[in-house]
Amino acid sequence: MATRTEILASPATPASVGVALPAFTLWWREVVRFYRQRARVVGVIASPVLFWIVIGSGFGSSFRSGDARGQQHYLGYFYPGALIMIVLFTAIFTMMSVIEDRKEGFLLSVMVAPVPRSAIVLGKVLGGTTLASIQGLIFLAFAPLVGVHLGLWELLSVVVVVFLVSFALTALGFAIAWPMDSTQAFHAIINLFLIPLWLLSGALFPLSGASGWLRLLMQLNPLTYGVEALRGLLYPASQTMTSLSTNIAAIALFTLCMFALCFLMVNRRTTRPTA
Amino acid sequence: MVDQPSVISLHDVVHKYEDRTALNGVSFDVQSAELFGLLGPNGSGKTTLFRILSTLMVPVAGRATIMGLDVARDPGRLRHLIGVVFQAQSIDVKLTAMENLRHQGHLYGLRGATLRARIEEMLERVGLADRAQEKAEAFSGGMQRRLELAKGLLHHPSVLLLDEPTTGLDPGARRDLWQYLATLRDQERVTVLVTTHLMEEAERCDRLAILNEGNVVALGTPDELKHEIGGDVILLDSKDPESLARRIRSQFALDAQVLQQQVRVERENGHRFVTDVVEAFPGEIEAVSVSKPTLEDVFIHRTGHRFWTDEAKNG
Repeated sequence: MATRTEILASPATPASVGVALPAFTLWWREVVRFYRQRARVVGVIASPVLFWIVIGSGFGSSFRSGDARGQQHYLGYFYPGALIMIVLFTAIFTMMSVIEDRKEGFLLSVMVAPVPRSAIVLGKVLGGTTLASIQGLIFLAFAPLVGVHLGLWELLSVVVVVFLVSFALTALGFAIAWPMDSTQAFHAIINLFLIPLWLLSGALFPLSGASGWLRLLMQLNPLTYGVEALRGLLYPASQTMTSLSTNIAAIALFTLCMFALCFLMVNRRTTRPTA
Repeated sequence: MVDQPSVISLHDVVHKYEDRTALNGVSFDVQSAELFGLLGPNGSGKTTLFRILSTLMVPVAGRATIMGLDVARDPGRLRHLIGVVFQAQSIDVKLTAMENLRHQGHLYGLRGATLRARIEEMLERVGLADRAQEKAEAFSGGMQRRLELAKGLLHHPSVLLLDEPTTGLDPGARRDLWQYLATLRDQERVTVLVTTHLMEEAERCDRLAILNEGNVVALGTPDELKHEIGGDVILLDSKDPESLARRIRSQFALDAQVLQQQVRVERENGHRFVTDVVEAFPGEIEAVSVSKPTLEDVFIHRTGHRFWTDEAKNG
């Protein structure tokens, strides 16, 4: 049998697409899509404020025997934790879009494009990071209510910490969402895994108050370092367990691990459907 | 056979999901500027094949190349050359038509003036130029499909792969889409591979491969395939089709089959056979139909069963 000749790819094949442009466009879509759904915007800003006031006031008056100053104190203590919670929820929930994109055909069309797989992760995760950071920083406007007034340097540091935590958590959300095909399963994971992650981050009660295995879990929890870093920046007088640079290094390491995990998952080409 | 350069080339492609075989050694070639159809019922393996060709999945065994590039080994370069239109909706309905195409262009490395010109050109070609600033959720099903097509063609691919592109379209929009595919082939010399489960769509292809349970059961132009059935297809209704078929087989030395309570015979000069058979079994035959073979007859001829089982027909 004669071997057939084949038409070969023309040398005019476009050069490599690069990472920046596709990542930018995926990021842009993520942000635009969010702000075009009003209910999501309202929900994400209103619910944490409500949460903070209700939980903070409730705990404050229960444990501080109704003393007005005590209540103020607990609302203040709870403030960095509430900020982290806003970031956590926004970050994780934005990555539910990975599952939606997969259910529709959107993800398919991205996967068949000549885009470096790292750009896909970067674009989607940066999209979620932006949204989570913005929500977190909006909540920062309430800081004067708990008597926190930030200088420029502290403010910039807070922005960096919020951004890093957002990025790490969005990447975590991406890694959870990527292999899933239903949003119900995603909710189950959130309840099982993410809420404890937040509860044990020093958001509700301090690390110093915990003992034994609880303390160990809290020390292993990367979110603890986010809460610690914020607390240190917002209340310079408070005693933190670790220095700001240690905290930031811990979060950065966590971020790196999460991103690497996402990249490995997306880059895998197998005999099973990718999307 | 004359050696012709082929654009898409499949050689003994095998795919398995766990222990279920989806593709059982599929081979065929698609020539340049050909409108090639992949016809098969649900579960025949055409979606699996489509996933492999569109670089979403690597086959378990065998080799598939598009323009000389192996789909399993060289997906990065190949992705520049192929345009893919999926059955599922891939446009973002929260974005406008323009934004959808800009997003797509960026994924292919297009930007600036080049991208703007391409977007304008594509919107013009699919007839959405005046709706460019509207969100896709306001579009009809046909318009959304046209936007999908514009997305797939934006980077001027040499090969266009479409998976059941007319799903959910009304007959008018279906016809428009097929006309457009023919135009692409004729004017832009684009090689088009399209999967379908509809006979009337398969008729419009230059050549087609009919898939059944992971095997290519027929390959050729629609006319060639239909010609291999000698003459006409005759269907007979009877109270007892099994017994009638048995007696036709012995008396006329013909291969008579029973399919869905009808006796089915393939034969030249069908009209003469009808007179003979009605005379031979007076009173037994309740209705007769004689027709030219269709692609469905080709499918029955090759597989011995109907294209659709009754359950699948509604699905």
